[in-house]
Amino acid sequence: MSRRNSVGDVSHEVVIYGLAALAILVLLGPVVVVLITSFTDSQSLKFPPQGFSLQWYEKLFDSSESRQIHRAAFNTLEVAFWAAGTAALLGTCAAIGISSTRSRWSRAADTLFMSPLILPGIAFGLAALMYFSLLGVRPSLKLIIVGHFVMIVPFVLRTTLASLTQLDHSLTECSASLGATRLYTFRRITLPVIFPGIAAGTFMAFMASVDNVPVSLFLSGPKSDMLPIRLWGMMESTLDVRVAAVSGVLIISVLVLMLVMERLTGLSQRIKG
Amino acid sequence: MTLKLSLQARGWQLMLPLALAFLAFFVAPLMILFVVSGFEDDKITQVGLKTWVSFVSDPFYWVVTGNTLKLGVLTVLATLLIGYPLAVVYMRASPNVQKILILIIIMPMLLSVVVRTFAWIVILGREGVINQTLLSLGLTSTPLRLLQTELGLIISLTQIELPLMVLPLISVMSQIDPSVHDASSALGASRWRTFFKVTVPLSLPGLIAGCTLVFASSTTAFISQSVIGGNRLVYLPLVVWQQSLVVYNWPLASVAAVTLLVSVMGCIILLNLVGRKSMRYLNV
Repeated sequence: MSRRNSVGDVSHEVVIYGLAALAILVLLGPVVVVLITSFTDSQSLKFPPQGFSLQWYEKLFDSSESRQIHRAAFNTLEVAFWAAGTAALLGTCAAIGISSTRSRWSRAADTLFMSPLILPGIAFGLAALMYFSLLGVRPSLKLIIVGHFVMIVPFVLRTTLASLTQLDHSLTECSASLGATRLYTFRRITLPVIFPGIAAGTFMAFMASVDNVPVSLFLSGPKSDMLPIRLWGMMESTLDVRVAAVSGVLIISVLVLMLVMERLTGLSQRIKG
Repeated sequence: MTLKLSLQARGWQLMLPLALAFLAFFVAPLMILFVVSGFEDDKITQVGLKTWVSFVSDPFYWVVTGNTLKLGVLTVLATLLIGYPLAVVYMRASPNVQKILILIIIMPMLLSVVVRTFAWIVILGREGVINQTLLSLGLTSTPLRLLQTELGLIISLTQIELPLMVLPLISVMSQIDPSVHDASSALGASRWRTFFKVTVPLSLPGLIAGCTLVFASSTTAFISQSVIGGNRLVYLPLVVWQQSLVVYNWPLASVAAVTLLVSVMGCIILLNLVGRKSMRYLNV
């Protein structure tokens, strides 16, 4: 093995590992900084904080002072539950349909169902607002659920389609030739194989709904306040340090949920594809 | 034969519910968006191209559109610069390190965009981490202004969009046969040569997917753009929001939204065409 260019090789290693280290710092740094800031005892976002206290968490969990935040958080969870549930049901059906037919139409449908991932969300949010108000439907949580559902279907579809490719078709054929009904085959063979994929996709869809800004921005109102929109308002007007406490709660929840889902469904392998 | 036919019938029947839902709640609203952009007054009674004419003839909106696309391109380049090496290092790592790395990459993606944007206010602010460090090291005597600058916004968006770049890269790179790298170095190629002649061309599909996702996401990132960019930096999503929910001029908001949609999708289609062409050229 000839090593003609060892200076070049070393520079390659330094550059690659240096930039990768920077990437990890950039990914993790902000999360750590917010977590530490949420325990500050002062009124400002100075970092590092001079002293630590739980005052912002106390204010956040105070049911009278932070009533609106709690309301927005519960709305967000309710919407995410129904939107992700609907996406799981219709998305799984569609994924099975797409994988069983390899026609031009099913490929076109696949492209359509995946397009919310790259279509500018702001344009769709405005479109949904105008569509529903021209139809005369009043803004409500139901409309937000519908809007979120459309935007998060791709997450279910992608992971379910990926897990369907792992399904060995000789198994289902075998089951059919042994006289099992189609439903029985689905329940006993297909579903157990693709279930982790569905679960991982539904989890991603749920988190995407909790995180959704463009649809909530246009469809939420005084009675259907959503958490990201309320936090945005709190950041825009006065710098309310309770945002840091909410962030702290979200960071811990995401961390716990992610590790649980990793254990149950091998989440990271499924997101990676 | 009959079995195959019945399976196919089942296939489109299973797709039908989602297809109908998409027609009613996705395709139809987007068509309304195009229709409303063809009206002239904010009561939506007068059909005409006046809104489009006034939008296109106003240099301000050209600058805003250009800045929006530029923001997308710069964010793509920044995520590529640090995201690609991270993917390469991931591929070389041992399975246990890979597990930790992938969770580090996914975790910010699952965290709310609002939280990630807020984090950058804490970091980039006058009393933030960067200014505190620079002041204590004596590198600057007055706090730098990082919020409400394009640089600050690009730094924030780089972190926010980074997972969307790294995950498709890792996905494609895992399918590359590792022995091609050994073959390249055994034949005497330097690491840099192997990197540019073997690794990059083979990972092109992941590269295109990552660039597409980051570009699409950063150009429509309303919260980050408005909070970090402030009122000094105007991008198309802000125009859409202001015209629809503050000024209540739906036709103008629709024109801005259609412009965003068409220009972003145009860039993405162009990127994918060029990507596919170069893949054919490189025979991968």
